[in-house]
Amino acid sequence: MDKVIVASDLSLAYEKDEMIIKRASFSIESGSFVFITGASGSGKSTLLKSLFGALSPVEGSLIVGGVELNGVSRSKLNLLRRHLGIVFQDYKLINEWTIDKNISLPLIINGYEKSVTETQVETLLKHVRLKHQSGKYPLELSGGEQQRVAMARALAHNPIMILADEPTGNLDDYSAQLIWNLLAGANEQLKTTVVVVTHRIPQTLNVDYKHYHIEYGNLHEVN
Amino acid sequence: MKSIKNHLSLIVALVSILFAIQTFFITDRALAAYEETLKSHYSLVVVSDKKLDLAALKKRLPYVENITEIALESAVRKIDKNISEKNMRLLLTTLPHFYKITLKKYPTSKEITKLKKSLHAIEGIKSVEDFKESHDLTYKLLLLFKSVVTVFSLVVFVITLLLISKELRIWQYKHKERMNIMGLFGAPKWLSSAVLFRLAIVDAVISSILVMILFGFIANSRWLLSKLDAIGIKIVIFDVFKDFPLLFFAALFLSLILASTIVFTHKEEV
Repeated sequence: MDKVIVASDLSLAYEKDEMIIKRASFSIESGSFVFITGASGSGKSTLLKSLFGALSPVEGSLIVGGVELNGVSRSKLNLLRRHLGIVFQDYKLINEWTIDKNISLPLIINGYEKSVTETQVETLLKHVRLKHQSGKYPLELSGGEQQRVAMARALAHNPIMILADEPTGNLDDYSAQLIWNLLAGANEQLKTTVVVVTHRIPQTLNVDYKHYHIEYGNLHEVN
Repeated sequence: MKSIKNHLSLIVALVSILFAIQTFFITDRALAAYEETLKSHYSLVVVSDKKLDLAALKKRLPYVENITEIALESAVRKIDKNISEKNMRLLLTTLPHFYKITLKKYPTSKEITKLKKSLHAIEGIKSVEDFKESHDLTYKLLLLFKSVVTVFSLVVFVITLLLISKELRIWQYKHKERMNIMGLFGAPKWLSSAVLFRLAIVDAVISSILVMILFGFIANSRWLLSKLDAIGIKIVIFDVFKDFPLLFFAALFLSLILASTIVFTHKEEV
């Protein structure tokens, strides 16, 4: 299988003398489902940020989707991000846009035609069970519903990989289960690579997954 | 409602700035009109033993608009209507030549002194009456007005900077998140900032139209027109073809500067 992420001796830090991730080497195969766990402040969100280029490696190499992110140019990074779907704990929706427009964001950026975009948004709204909320603004929705909008946005353009940072951290059980089902569905049906940073791996999830754990800045695979 | 709110903050700032700019234009225009009135009422009187070559004199002296010989006969007749023809002819042969000099601009005190010196250097000229005392008083008043306008324009400039920097902070806060999110999905800078530039252009158009309407009302204000008329000043309060493009470009320039600053100082935060 192709490797969608290859990290060699990867070190990450916000300040140069305080390494958060120390010389991590790992690879993630295309189409796999990966969990990264760790205690609060262990650096799991930092590692995820580096996977979509929001944080540059201090040392080592990090190749995502064939793009070396150490010293990557902004235009190359933009091109890579257009093929990623990102989900955050705090949803990161544009509050002055309707949920429909929020979902269509990756499609607009990728230059999809208006008719295609509209159809895709409609399908996704049904998929995340929010068809009845169409035309509303994010702040008119509950947290769980907002995260489902964020999930629909991440899936909209059939990305090669979904990166999710504590996607169910603030959600009720119903919305959390729906998010896990959507992630599992994308992985199984569309063969989308899924990387999830979380405190706890859900017990109800029925997918084969790889598990990495971070402790004191060191990343290791859990069998 | 959301859309109106988005526009309102910048429109209010821009309208205040444009209002101040147009007020400055009007004051400047009124001052120029007042200076023109002063200029048209000011002249020097030259007394000469010899008849002067007016064309040569005009070429030689700076700022001179016109030199005309004062017709003495009519002046004398105004004083003494019963003077006989013989006495008049006798008087005219003994009197020197009088000339009235009008200038292209309202001169400074220094310019008058210089002009007077140049006139005295011409053969035949015996004396030059420059009405200096009256001129100096009026000139000082004019200088005071000009200083007031300069101070006013400086105040406008400072207020503009303050308003714009305040607006900049509001916009930075308001648009940062959207630009961040769009950037996370790989939007190029032009796309993530398109909303900002569209907002800037639309707000520039709206605010300049609002100011045009406002000054349209002011220009028809009977109170203002009567005040200006009382001091003999006739000016255009708002010239649609001259002032509107100027105000529009000022608004556009300011709002585009604002948008560009936000775009180019934006740093991704996740």
